[in-house]
Amino acid sequence: MSVLDTPVDAKIPDIGLESPPLSLSEMAWRRFRRHKLAIASSFLLLFLILFTFGGALIYSEADANFNDTTKRLQAPTAEHPFGTDTIGRDILARTIYGGQISILIGLTAVIVQVVVGVIIGAISGYYGGWLDSLLMRITEAILTIPTLFLLLVMAKFFSGKVPDLNFFGRTFSGSVVVIILIIGLTSWPRLARIVRAEFLALKENDFILAARATGTSNTQIMFKHILPNTVAPIVVTATLSVAGAIIFEAYISFLGMGVQPPTATWGNMITGATTYIEYAPWLWFFPGVLILLTVLSINFVGDGLRDALDPRSRPE
Amino acid sequence: MTRYIIRRILQSIPLLFIISLILFLLLNNIGDPLTMMGGRNPTRPDDRARLARQLGLDKPVTTQYLYWLIGNDWTMIDVDGDGIPDIPGERLGVLRGDFGTSIVTRGKPVSEIIWDRIPNTLLLMVPAQIFILLFGVIVGVYSALRQYSWVDNAVTTLSFVGFSMPIFLIALLSIYFFSVLFQRWGLPNLPANGMFDPRVGKTAGQVAKHMILPLFSIAFIDIARYSRYVRSAMLEVMSQDYIRTAKAKGLKRYYIIFIHAMRNALLPIVTLVGLDLPFLLAGAVVTERIFAWPGMGRLFLDHLQRADGPVVMGIVMILAVFVIFSQILTDIAYAALDPRIRY
Repeated sequence: MSVLDTPVDAKIPDIGLESPPLSLSEMAWRRFRRHKLAIASSFLLLFLILFTFGGALIYSEADANFNDTTKRLQAPTAEHPFGTDTIGRDILARTIYGGQISILIGLTAVIVQVVVGVIIGAISGYYGGWLDSLLMRITEAILTIPTLFLLLVMAKFFSGKVPDLNFFGRTFSGSVVVIILIIGLTSWPRLARIVRAEFLALKENDFILAARATGTSNTQIMFKHILPNTVAPIVVTATLSVAGAIIFEAYISFLGMGVQPPTATWGNMITGATTYIEYAPWLWFFPGVLILLTVLSINFVGDGLRDALDPRSRPE
Repeated sequence: MTRYIIRRILQSIPLLFIISLILFLLLNNIGDPLTMMGGRNPTRPDDRARLARQLGLDKPVTTQYLYWLIGNDWTMIDVDGDGIPDIPGERLGVLRGDFGTSIVTRGKPVSEIIWDRIPNTLLLMVPAQIFILLFGVIVGVYSALRQYSWVDNAVTTLSFVGFSMPIFLIALLSIYFFSVLFQRWGLPNLPANGMFDPRVGKTAGQVAKHMILPLFSIAFIDIARYSRYVRSAMLEVMSQDYIRTAKAKGLKRYYIIFIHAMRNALLPIVTLVGLDLPFLLAGAVVTERIFAWPGMGRLFLDHLQRADGPVVMGIVMILAVFVIFSQILTDIAYAALDPRIRY
């Protein structure tokens, strides 16, 4: 092999000066990687998702709802690693299926939140005027009512009004849909405000003027030209909102006004547990700790994402 | 400043109007409060119709809202349904300070029901806020001054655990540990529910003893949050030029920290406290349920579950007014404390 065969690049010692400019996603990844707890949390989150969705391969949904009243309130054993509940259902199987519902509620509620929040924030920020004032008064009104109170009132309002649904060969209690809806519909104001602020700043840019000059429609400008520039704060807020949604679902279900049994969620598994604090701590310990771990890891990932995508927006 | 305050108060009127409208529409459809009124037997149809007319529940929502807002003492009620008005209305409406009467507890005024419970909730919430503030500041300042030390790292991690913690988990864990296990080990243990031991009566000592666990649960979560805010505020202030000047002048370290840095770092905390105070009242729903504490949160749950619209409406409206009031107060306090702020 002659000297000429080797590429020129190889002769230049790599001291980091000549490396090509980093793309945005590479830069974000570098910043995210520095947040060690966020990386660890990503793995924890992956594990929790594997646990809840992979666990379905071992336990069927029927196992989760099967009750054997001769085996009530049994402490954890090899047969029932997390013990059994008040009517003899296996808690491990229920945490698996409950986790699926809790995580699904967290994710879908945030989808509702993002859709509503982005549309309202975009319209408000882009058009301004009386439409903006009206939408912002409604936003403020929802922010002024303490969230949990509003959620509980809405849960009561919608309860029993949504029929059970069938998806993927499984029956979802109508109460699941209700929870998704109400969490989504009460959590959008914060996001709407963020999106509005971004739109207010971005719409003054020259590229918007250019787009308008070429006759681009308002909808096109809003969602094709401005929205992509606001993705970073939206992603960060949405991630952190998943954690919030999971906690709120747990609170509502814990108070007995959320998802109704036999459908399990981590929240409604704890509902009756206050009576058994002393005799059956495993009733509330496992679902409680799973909620904590899930919310904790999502919060860390969200924090890492904020460092990575939106470093200036740290709350000081 | 006065003009600013007046403007804020005027702005809050349409806001409260929108809130009350949203809530009224929601609460109008939460269930049938008349079902429970027959006591043990189901309410008879003719009683039901009479009650509905008497309570104004047969009217359209708009009329009901109007009655709620300005009362119905200017109209007559047709109780027996024969088309001839019988008795004058007695409600004064919210605008004249009358929140109506509870449907569940048969005509007891809503304001009376709520006032009975507010002291209990405040008894829990005011000390909680003091603890949160005190420990939040101590922990936050300490870990800011030792940034990236193991204490700081531990505090940061723990504060994430704190605000990711569902309140029922910390409550159940603390009950299990301090009341169940301590009893099992023969140590002095703490009571886990109620406000006092009925055998002893409602003495100050009893109430204080029953407050410890709920206080701990509430404070644990918020100390975590506060310490993070304090830490980042303190870090920012400590990197300012005037702190370097103070150091260069050879001022004592504690003097720099307490007189120069902390006063500025704690300024944003005023906002945090002001905005949190009303929500602390709200956060008590779950805690009060677990510890069987007879406060506003439990009142809200009990009456919501029995579809008692007037009481629920009263509680949430009082909270909303409280939220708006403390927001305005926070802005005023901030302007008073920070001369750079002008309205």
